[in-house]
Amino acid sequence: MITLNGVSHSFDGVHALDGIDLEVGEHEFVAVIGRSGCGKSTLLRLVAGLLTPSAGGISVAGERVVRPRRDVSVMFQRPALLPWRTVLANVLLPVEVFGLADHRDRAHELLELTGLGGFEKRRPHELSGGMQQRVSLCRSLIQSPRVMLMDEPFSALDAITRTELCEELQRVQLARPRAVVFVTHSIDEAVLLADRIVVLSPRPGRIRSVVDVGLPRPRALGQVELDAVSRELRGLLVTA
Amino acid sequence: MKAVLPVLGLLAIVGIWWLATIVFEIQPLLVPSPADVVESFLELPGYLLEQALVTVWEAVSGFGLSVVAGVPLALLIVWSRVLERMFYPLLVALNAVPKVAIAPIVVVWFGFGLTSKVLMVVLVCVFPIVISTASGMRSTPAELVELFRSLDATRTHEFFKLRLWHALPQVFVGLKVSITLAVIGAVIGEFVGADAGLGYVILQSGASADTSLAFAAMALLAVISVALFYALTWTERKLVPWSEEHRVV
Repeated sequence: MITLNGVSHSFDGVHALDGIDLEVGEHEFVAVIGRSGCGKSTLLRLVAGLLTPSAGGISVAGERVVRPRRDVSVMFQRPALLPWRTVLANVLLPVEVFGLADHRDRAHELLELTGLGGFEKRRPHELSGGMQQRVSLCRSLIQSPRVMLMDEPFSALDAITRTELCEELQRVQLARPRAVVFVTHSIDEAVLLADRIVVLSPRPGRIRSVVDVGLPRPRALGQVELDAVSRELRGLLVTA
Repeated sequence: MKAVLPVLGLLAIVGIWWLATIVFEIQPLLVPSPADVVESFLELPGYLLEQALVTVWEAVSGFGLSVVAGVPLALLIVWSRVLERMFYPLLVALNAVPKVAIAPIVVVWFGFGLTSKVLMVVLVCVFPIVISTASGMRSTPAELVELFRSLDATRTHEFFKLRLWHALPQVFVGLKVSITLAVIGAVIGEFVGADAGLGYVILQSGASADTSLAFAAMALLAVISVALFYALTWTERKLVPWSEEHRVV
């Protein structure tokens, strides 16, 4: 679904990424992990078409990425909700921008699915951080994306909410698998969610190694089986 | 309960003023006592309210025109770097010219009637509206702009579904500055040449040394400004409920 071919990127004289080769399958959940400043967010923005690589090529569904695509959704570190819109109107934003027909039913369905039923008419500031990020997830899903790009979406949340949302995302992905690139600096999140984990080394960002998780789903945080992978990752990150 | 403190403050000031006129035996010609002012108002209530209405109409229609002109102007400035470079310095220059200096020319051009006053109001009002709207649109958080980019939204979408909305609380800051300036603008226009309005009343009362009438007119001007300001604050609360600004009046 996603192909990166020798992708390098530099801006303002900073060499952020160097020679990234990566394939992400149609139903594959790939986590990208690394220390801050290793260019993982840049990688995501390149795939999203928000940035253009200095060298190399990126394609999604066989087409070269030159600009953002409708079947690719991006979820950011912060919920990025519009404070003047209700929850429902926020979820419907992408559809509205695309000029598509009414998606109200679908929006209600998604909100119900993520435990936000009954909150349609509220405004973002009335919701907790975790609920806001759920709204953001719904907004992402209403695009019916073939590819979901997520930039540390849970990093600003407290530990408990974070766990809940991780499990939520796992459910969503199990119900209808998509190609996902999930950028994180949390080993736990990566191990819980990903089929494959890409470890980046910093300055310039290079692929240090790729770890296949290969554990059955659904997984749960704190599950003993995850420990071995976590340990391996920790080792890789320390030497990265 | 909320209204008690401002009323108390007003009463205190009026009390001190009254006391001062008695204790220092100030001549009513220089500073009339509050009682003189009220008396003066009660002599000609119909006339004064009529003149007040003239000034209110000048201020409000000028203010309305400033909004109608100022917001699109701000939009154009933020939309296009070229337009900004071309016209922004001119706008700053225009604002820097003392309005009192322009007033006589405006009256020569547009006569003693409503038009010249409305134009004066627009001249003082439009700048704060343009500045606040433009800076509000510019300060749209990068993450929201990036969200719109990720949806491949057009610039029209970016402006009308995002930047303008985000600017609204800031726009109201400009509107609140402007609405009080509007009344000042109208009075400046009336001072220079008019046959109606509270500014005209003040000018006339000066000629006939009727200080308490001038004070009555000034009190009305103050009431008008405060009323317009709070009407705007109320509108803001209704229109921009998500703004934090409404807690600071």
